[in-house]
Amino acid sequence: MKQTISVLVENQAGVLNRITGLFARRAFNIESLAVGVTDDPTVSRITIIVDSGNSVVEQVEKQLNKLIEVIKVRTLEENNLIGRELMILKVNANNKTRQDIMTICEILGAKVDDVSPTSLTMELSDTPDRLDTFQAMMRPFSILEVVRTGVIAVQKGGGKI
Amino acid sequence: MNGAQALIESLLQEQVDHIFGYAGATICPAADALKEHPEIGYTLVRTEQNAGHMASGYARVSDKVGVCMVTSGPGATNLITGIATAYMDSIPVVAITGQVPSHLLGRDIFQEVDITGAVAPFSKHSYLVKSANDIPTIVKEAFHIASTGRPGPVLIDIPIDIQEQELDFFVYPEEINIRGYKPSVRGNELQIKRVVEAISQAKQPVICAGGGVFLAHGEAELVKLAESTHIPVVTTMMGLSLLPTEHPLNMGMIGAHGNVCANKALAKSDLLIMVGTRAADRAVLNPSEIQRRMATIHIDVDPAEIGKNMQAAIPLVGNVKVILDQILDRGPSADCSEWLGRLQEMRREELKRSFPARAGYVFPGRFLRDLGEQLREDAAICVDVGQNQIWACKHLRLRGGRLLTSGGLGTMGYALPAAVGVKVAQPNRQTVVICGDGSFQMSMNELAAVKCAGLDIKIILFRNRVLGLVHQIQSTPAYHGPFGVALDGSPDFEAIAAAYGIPTVTVSEESQVESAIDCLLAQPGSVLTIVDVHPDATTND
Repeated sequence: MKQTISVLVENQAGVLNRITGLFARRAFNIESLAVGVTDDPTVSRITIIVDSGNSVVEQVEKQLNKLIEVIKVRTLEENNLIGRELMILKVNANNKTRQDIMTICEILGAKVDDVSPTSLTMELSDTPDRLDTFQAMMRPFSILEVVRTGVIAVQKGGGKI
Repeated sequence: MNGAQALIESLLQEQVDHIFGYAGATICPAADALKEHPEIGYTLVRTEQNAGHMASGYARVSDKVGVCMVTSGPGATNLITGIATAYMDSIPVVAITGQVPSHLLGRDIFQEVDITGAVAPFSKHSYLVKSANDIPTIVKEAFHIASTGRPGPVLIDIPIDIQEQELDFFVYPEEINIRGYKPSVRGNELQIKRVVEAISQAKQPVICAGGGVFLAHGEAELVKLAESTHIPVVTTMMGLSLLPTEHPLNMGMIGAHGNVCANKALAKSDLLIMVGTRAADRAVLNPSEIQRRMATIHIDVDPAEIGKNMQAAIPLVGNVKVILDQILDRGPSADCSEWLGRLQEMRREELKRSFPARAGYVFPGRFLRDLGEQLREDAAICVDVGQNQIWACKHLRLRGGRLLTSGGLGTMGYALPAAVGVKVAQPNRQTVVICGDGSFQMSMNELAAVKCAGLDIKIILFRNRVLGLVHQIQSTPAYHGPFGVALDGSPDFEAIAAAYGIPTVTVSEESQVESAIDCLLAQPGSVLTIVDVHPDATTND
């Protein structure tokens, strides 16, 4: 089961290294990891997606908590979170295919960032599922490049971690 | 004041009175500052790994943080095993390493290595110092982190230019606040209540105590809990010497290499109370089976230990000493006299056992049982790794005292340097080393430290001319016989000891054991006792 772990850490050099090192050493698998600074410049927030059972996730949480630079760890409730990922996708496009591609963009809400005589570059921010759908729809046009950020997430409602 | 002086001044603020180290180019400024402070003792090791072990031995008996200091590159990498050994046994150690100039970091210059990166998986925390102004705070944090919660080694890596950099001002912080580090101390009262209830209902309870009891200084509380409830106690290897061997509630050591009685107690119990132990593989072979069969209470300072190897019905996180006190405050009682009686009978039979005898050799169990009876009650016994460790844990008759060994990492060569650390911390404490001819050769160069400080350490060397435990494993049906374990080419240990000015006693007949032990203990100063053991003697004999 995919689970979303949100981690507040000291915004210092080497912290990310410790976290990924911990996952490697304890044989926990990371599905995706996204990191960025919060509204407090001394604190970064890392969102980690793991595909594991509850007991493994509990152990991940505890081991993360042992790291001195980790301030807070919380596993977000799956059915009560807003999770988004950004994807930039570049696809082959010519006069014949461009309109079809644009139609798919419209349906899924992707935005065109760049156009050239032979390509289109688009961005889409959405749930990982919908990014997968978009990517699948683009495959017939021959994808040149895909880059995804990994999911960032917050719990719904007024609370914070 | 420069960074190096600030470092030494900070160590003084932490009441550091001894450093185990090995100097080198990038730690020279710190050595230079240390030279001005003769109130801090210094032991020059012969390889950096042993600086870690000495700091560990020092820390384990002194209630203080052990400190070691080495240079960059190979000095730091040699220290790695010492740090990992301390980490696996949760020993509070602060390791200081020199580092190449900060503006050259990452260029692979002479004696550069990323030591903070290298030790990350087996240190509690580490620092790469970027500014001399940070040194007081970093040292304060390092000692706090190393010694609180679940203790462990902390590394401070200081580039040479930072050691030479002038501070704007030196103020040693009164207290520190690390927002991501708040170890629990008191146990949850509701859980404490559940523990006391569970104890009152159990018919066959057993306390399984580990090294965490020592780390929390909860020895007296543990004994009090056992004695007031009459619950039998088993220990892990790291928990040995919590109770004297012949204490009526002590059923011995559990695990693959443990005592039959202790393992029976564990297997047949209906309530297992784990105190300061992680129940690793050597102690509990099949945790899921234990979990299936009985209720468990798990008391540990590290929440990550709860449910790591075994799920507990009642987890209790906090300082072991504090939690035991909380339990004692509620006046726990148990009704398990029948169970205790059965175990005590089994235990008595086990302790009465005889040992196999062979002409020209001594069986270690026999020697260790007799030795234990002659040692002072508070003796510190440093035990190495290999068959000697198993024999000592099984057969050494402990009347109290303290048994120190590398239980987690199983580092050969630990015993002698650890004993040096013990002696530095407590010069008047009777200190014994038990090792094999394999493990002794891993750290016998530290006899220099013994000689240099005129230390009185009684060394027992079981000589079977083979790496016995590996030999034993290779002789099982899984393998095709011994390979690469014969200790051919070993030196004349008597001559080695003599070269360091240490006399030797050799025992190769059972009949000589008594007089050898008398001679060993009566003689002032260090003595090496070589005990000839048959190469086929196993830990199962």
